[in-house]
Amino acid sequence: MNVLAYLIPISLILGGLGLVGFLYTLKARQYDDPEGDSRRILSDTWDDHPKP
Amino acid sequence: MTTVTTNTPVACPGCLATPSEAVPVVVPDARLMLSLPTIHCQACIAKVEKALNAYPGIKNARVNLTLKRAVIDADPEINAPELVTLLSSEGFEAHELDPGALNDTATNMAGRDLLMRLAVAGFASMNVMLLSVAVWSGATDATRDLFHWISAAIAIPAVAFSAQPFFRNAWAALRAGRLNMDVPITLAILLALATSLWETWLSGHHAYFDAALTLTFFLLAGRWLDARARSAARSAAEELTALEVPRAWRLGADGASEVPVATLRVNDLVQVRPGARAPVDGIVTEGRSEVDRAMLTGETLPEARGVGDVISAGEINLTGPLTLRASAVGPDTSLQRMAALVAVAESGRSRYTSLADRAAKLYAPGVHVISALAFLGWLIWSGDMRVSLNIAAAVLIITCPCALGLAVPAVTTAASGRLFGKGLLIKNATALERLAEVDTVIFDKTGTLTTGKPHLSNWDRLTAKQRSVAYALAKGSSHPLSRAVAARATAERCEPALLTDITEKPGWGTEAQLDGQTVRLGRPDWLEMIPDGDGICAGLDMGDGVCRLLTFEDDARGGASETIEALKKLKVSVILLSGDRACVVSDFAFKLGVPEWHASMLPNEKAEFVDALSRDGRRVLMVGDGLNDTAALATAHVSISPAQALDAARAASDMVLLGQDLSPVAEAIVVARQSTRRIKENFRIATIYNVIAVPLAVAGMATPLIAALAMSTSSITVSLNALRVRERK
Repeated sequence: MNVLAYLIPISLILGGLGLVGFLYTLKARQYDDPEGDSRRILSDTWDDHPKP
Repeated sequence: MTTVTTNTPVACPGCLATPSEAVPVVVPDARLMLSLPTIHCQACIAKVEKALNAYPGIKNARVNLTLKRAVIDADPEINAPELVTLLSSEGFEAHELDPGALNDTATNMAGRDLLMRLAVAGFASMNVMLLSVAVWSGATDATRDLFHWISAAIAIPAVAFSAQPFFRNAWAALRAGRLNMDVPITLAILLALATSLWETWLSGHHAYFDAALTLTFFLLAGRWLDARARSAARSAAEELTALEVPRAWRLGADGASEVPVATLRVNDLVQVRPGARAPVDGIVTEGRSEVDRAMLTGETLPEARGVGDVISAGEINLTGPLTLRASAVGPDTSLQRMAALVAVAESGRSRYTSLADRAAKLYAPGVHVISALAFLGWLIWSGDMRVSLNIAAAVLIITCPCALGLAVPAVTTAASGRLFGKGLLIKNATALERLAEVDTVIFDKTGTLTTGKPHLSNWDRLTAKQRSVAYALAKGSSHPLSRAVAARATAERCEPALLTDITEKPGWGTEAQLDGQTVRLGRPDWLEMIPDGDGICAGLDMGDGVCRLLTFEDDARGGASETIEALKKLKVSVILLSGDRACVVSDFAFKLGVPEWHASMLPNEKAEFVDALSRDGRRVLMVGDGLNDTAALATAHVSISPAQALDAARAASDMVLLGQDLSPVAEAIVVARQSTRRIKENFRIATIYNVIAVPLAVAGMATPLIAALAMSTSSITVSLNALRVRERK
């Protein structure tokens, strides 16, 4: 049963990381234009070098 | 990459609170917004952004495809019209939006807030469920207690944060002495947490932490769907308003200057150029022209106006420039007074209670009574406070309106999404339900069933020479009849005759010289002739003093006859009401196959007609676009107006037709009936599930496992049933 002492905190921390990640994307307004974002993937403008 | 929308505030926070006339509509903080109705793909986004970003003075431009909008941060000297020309040269239709009228930050904030709470509730419920499954599958003694304590540690802060919207609503309702859906929800969540905590303290077997969290999660999902559907409708409605950037040309000591309409005062001299809409009520002091009053009266034919005549706000000046002395501005114009009357009439409609509200009214007291009876019954029978409280909590949890809270928003979101795809925007929350009850549809003629743009009907009777002269004369004018002649001639590839000295006589017509003779195209009475028919017509004088009559017909809007066919198939009676003259209306009604029509209706007669029908118990759908329809639109059970309609008419109607085609009207009735059927089905599903689950809970047999299973199944069933609205029958 001792293994639970590790597993429960680990599962909570991993889930919490996911939650924090989601809240970050929400704050950064990444859900404002779902339709446009799904199309922007098709753009090859920044394929060869990152956006400055 | 998304910093564009965050760095600059939209106007200032104070602007949102102050009334709109106090806000100068000059370009605020050099943030421009353009509406781009035609963009639809990645290539469009790239092309628009590239063109805008390459333009000198623009710092950043980003396209939002969901809202079909571009947000541009630029130097203050950049103005929107030049960007509109830039984009139209790239092949994109663009319109300037008034950022002051777009209040989307508040709308977005509410949606984001709900999404954040939803995420927290989802995260917490998953973790607690994991621990609960361990308990259900046989964890005992110290392990079970430990798991319960960990669950409590997760559930209590999570609920305290996520369920706040319910707590707040419930508190507001209780303070006002009413019961709403949020009261049983709040009570169930709090009671579940309290009894679970108590059980955990006494190391009992059952804890409902997972139930409290999943309940919050499902209900928040319903709330979020609801908020999303409404914000989509609201932002689109705001966009329609923002499309009209209100500017006017004021004549001062130093010539004409462009100013916001809000700064105009009584007795100001205002210049109205041909093609522009009069911004104020006023008296003509200079100039002669014709005005299009179709929006106000339903009359297709323009009327002549000269010095001393009265012009009301909203009328479109057609041929010559006019100077007005303003007699009423802003809220005092006849247009705005009419809109204010409509707002009063509208408040009568808000008395309609939706199906969900009616269900909640029965539901909230019902579950409280059952739960209280269960508590009392068990207390008397067993005398054990702990057991009785546990059972009362189980009853509240199991009856909790997941299905109810999710059923209605899921159906309306699916239905309004389907209609939005077809080009119909739902503004009012209960509009779909009211639309489902409709048995009579009343159409306005000009601008609603017709395009409001006449076309030439006797072109074939003209000789080749007459055609070319008429074309050459018509080219010089922006009068709707001239444009109709020019359009027909262009379509037939007619060559214009070589005319000299083409001059437009505002209010009368155009004249020119052809081989030393004066040729004229214009009003029949200008050419000294009396038209024999009643229709719309113009005269053509070839220089010989003989006048030839050109007759015009107003085109039916696309899909008009199909819509009327479809409505008849739906067993809905169709009526045509128009302010136009009888002969025009009867021809048109015959052509479209409308059995009942009424002509020469004054605005108040239209409203009285609708009112009389409603008193007979008929449910009326009014479709109209003009100021003459607004009273009728507000009186009717439910109303639709096209996007090109006057602001006042759009404000008075429940739905807005975005495209040119009328066919979504019939489709909307079908979808509305379908979704009301689904909502009722969902209520039935929820009832059946309660009939099975409540006796179990009252009998004390509802373990947390059964509660979790029952709650999830009912929620998922109603959501899936709601999705059936999406597919085509």
